[in-house]
Amino acid sequence: MKYVDEFRDGDLAKNIAAKIAEESNPYGHARSPHLNPLPREAPSPQSSPASGRGGEREKRSIIPAGEEANESLRELSNPCIYRLMEFCGGHTHAISRYGIADLLPSNVRMIHGPGCPVCVLPIGRIDQAIRLAMERDVILCTYADTLRVPASNDLTLMRAKAHGADVRMIYSTQDALQIARDNPQREVVFLAIGFETTTPPTAVAVKQAATEGLKNFSVLCNHVLTPAAMHAILNVEGGVQLDGFVGPAHVSTVIGSQPYEVFAREYKKPVVIAGFEPLDVMQSILMLVRQINEGRAEVENEFTRAVMREGNRKAQGLVAEVFELRTDFEWRGLGTLPDSALRLRPEFAAFDAEQRFGIDYVAVADHKACECGAILRGEKRPQECKIFGTVCTPQNPIGSCMVSSEGACAAHYTYGRFRG
Amino acid sequence: MSRKKTNYVKPLDLKHGRVEMSHGAGGRAMAQLIFELFATAFDNVYLAQGNDGAVLPPVSGKLVMSCDAHVVSPLFFAGGDIGSLAVHGTINDVAMMGAQPLYLAASFILEEGFPLADLKLIVESMAHAAKEAGVNIVTGDTKVVERGKGDGVFITTTGVGVLREGVSLSGDAARPGDKILLSGTLGDHGMAILSQREGLSFDAPIVSDTASLHSLVAAMLDCGAELRVLRDPTRGGLATTLNEIAQQSCVGMSLQESAIPVNPTVAAACEFLGLDPLYVANEGKLVAICAAQDADRLLAVMRAHPLGSRAAIIGEVIRDTHGFVQMTTKFGGRRIVDWLTGEQLPRIC
Repeated sequence: MKYVDEFRDGDLAKNIAAKIAEESNPYGHARSPHLNPLPREAPSPQSSPASGRGGEREKRSIIPAGEEANESLRELSNPCIYRLMEFCGGHTHAISRYGIADLLPSNVRMIHGPGCPVCVLPIGRIDQAIRLAMERDVILCTYADTLRVPASNDLTLMRAKAHGADVRMIYSTQDALQIARDNPQREVVFLAIGFETTTPPTAVAVKQAATEGLKNFSVLCNHVLTPAAMHAILNVEGGVQLDGFVGPAHVSTVIGSQPYEVFAREYKKPVVIAGFEPLDVMQSILMLVRQINEGRAEVENEFTRAVMREGNRKAQGLVAEVFELRTDFEWRGLGTLPDSALRLRPEFAAFDAEQRFGIDYVAVADHKACECGAILRGEKRPQECKIFGTVCTPQNPIGSCMVSSEGACAAHYTYGRFRG
Repeated sequence: MSRKKTNYVKPLDLKHGRVEMSHGAGGRAMAQLIFELFATAFDNVYLAQGNDGAVLPPVSGKLVMSCDAHVVSPLFFAGGDIGSLAVHGTINDVAMMGAQPLYLAASFILEEGFPLADLKLIVESMAHAAKEAGVNIVTGDTKVVERGKGDGVFITTTGVGVLREGVSLSGDAARPGDKILLSGTLGDHGMAILSQREGLSFDAPIVSDTASLHSLVAAMLDCGAELRVLRDPTRGGLATTLNEIAQQSCVGMSLQESAIPVNPTVAAACEFLGLDPLYVANEGKLVAICAAQDADRLLAVMRAHPLGSRAAIIGEVIRDTHGFVQMTTKFGGRRIVDWLTGEQLPRIC
């Protein structure tokens, strides 16, 4: 495939893998002055470099809290650990699907982030949609994976459909509009989910419905904001330790690279925006390793073929015209975050399903044994959840991370569980 | 004065007519439909017996029987239609046992209002596919359901074949060390259907691979290779088929992604819809597992057959108590090729 295969080239991958291995090797020859090679034994405080990021990294490397025993041993023998979070589920999927872990040295560790649209939706939000579909007789339209997210009473939108609700999978907001035009006597609700990538199409649909005077179309808006989630991850007390972010691909085509500059400036975390193809991911990891080695914390853009600093102004304008910030919004795993999600502006209230049907949001606690929260915060790995792969599988997901192939649990189960 | 034609029956209007409830009611209308449409198209001595069942000549050898229901939408697609599919699907199930397919039975569930012209096309396509395969459709049944209670037409076919002497193929026969062969490109049928359903058009249209595979199977059996398993990777695709075999045989599998043939247009369509060709349905492909020492010979035989020209050795059976199907990706990493979960749904972003 033109323009795709070139980003999946195995030979190029080997070259980048070799560079990552060389430049992340604490005993390698090409070391920067910022990061001294460490002795194999746990170093005494005196042996630590006096200052710089190397010192910080070294201390961290000998405290393998919360890791499994074999991981601890590995960490001790590889004192220089690079903890990189790929924010997006699209990257999590690429890493798992192409087996990128096999191409990385054991001290370069990918931590899955919360950027999977269906994963961060709390149960209460899916409940709202199910209530609309089952009790208010609406035609409920949404994107594919959302249909399988577990909600209250052992229901999913798909099971609600089997119980007689009119739930339809759509590829585009245009499909939802067409369904509304074709069924003027029925209420059609689009369950809008996703980060900044999927927000502009929702804005277009709302504007189009307003222009056409569609009286039976509304949006149950659950659009959320990437930077808010990144702030949340970094602000969790005692949360995951990160050395850098593989920044979002599609989200960044809309918002640009500028909104990440705060993470480099304030939190001193390098961010490299990367495309969703496996070579993009490899290249961005190499760029992160280099930033860390050189003691830099900057926003770099590997995905230059699609992302500009200012982003897509037209899309941003559309979103600003139709949506405004919610004061707060509950995320699965991250809790209730201020200014982290969008709702329709008052002038589009007629298209706001929450107002139109007067449905309140009721928070519902996650399943007790489910670790989706800690996994979404990067604090636990899927295989550390007690019910992973036993009670909770893609066939019968308990938590949302097991639903979408972008979810950390589903990706590890589907592609990587032979690794243990 | 003209004389009245006492035996005149107005023929079916095969151009503009539609299926009516009476066509399934057991009376004259049904008899007419069967006679003018089905019996005419399927024409053979067993069907001509005109009884509730067909009396067939004795065969020597074990019988293999298989049954398959077909509910495809759209009914007509690039490369075939529900009629040819209903013939190929069941013939292939019989062939995968190592049997020569002999007869088919066909049952039709028609929806009231379905155009007779479309039904004629479907029935003629079935007749053509059966003739090409050298198999007779010897008995059948027709029912009509009210408008809105069917999807135009559903066809269930049952096939009977005779097992070749000494052949024993089974999903539990794969052994560590065996080689896994695939007869050609993946995903052509499923993507032909899906791209038509989604209104996707490509420079070169995707054409279904629907075909009867028994002549390819016969050539493979003729070459004397030690075959263990034959399966056609239909619904759920190659991934599901290999997982079924791995589970039945209590083994693992190791695949090389670079060896698995996929047409570029199919790969592009899958990419576009967020699907994986490994999970997309095929209707004219088979997976063969054979002893390692015979793999090259078997591959040569498959490639010499028109239905196996792009055959490839795609991996091997390994010892693995977990029964994982693993794959080395083109990118160089490894991953599991898991069972399909639910329906294959497109991803969101």
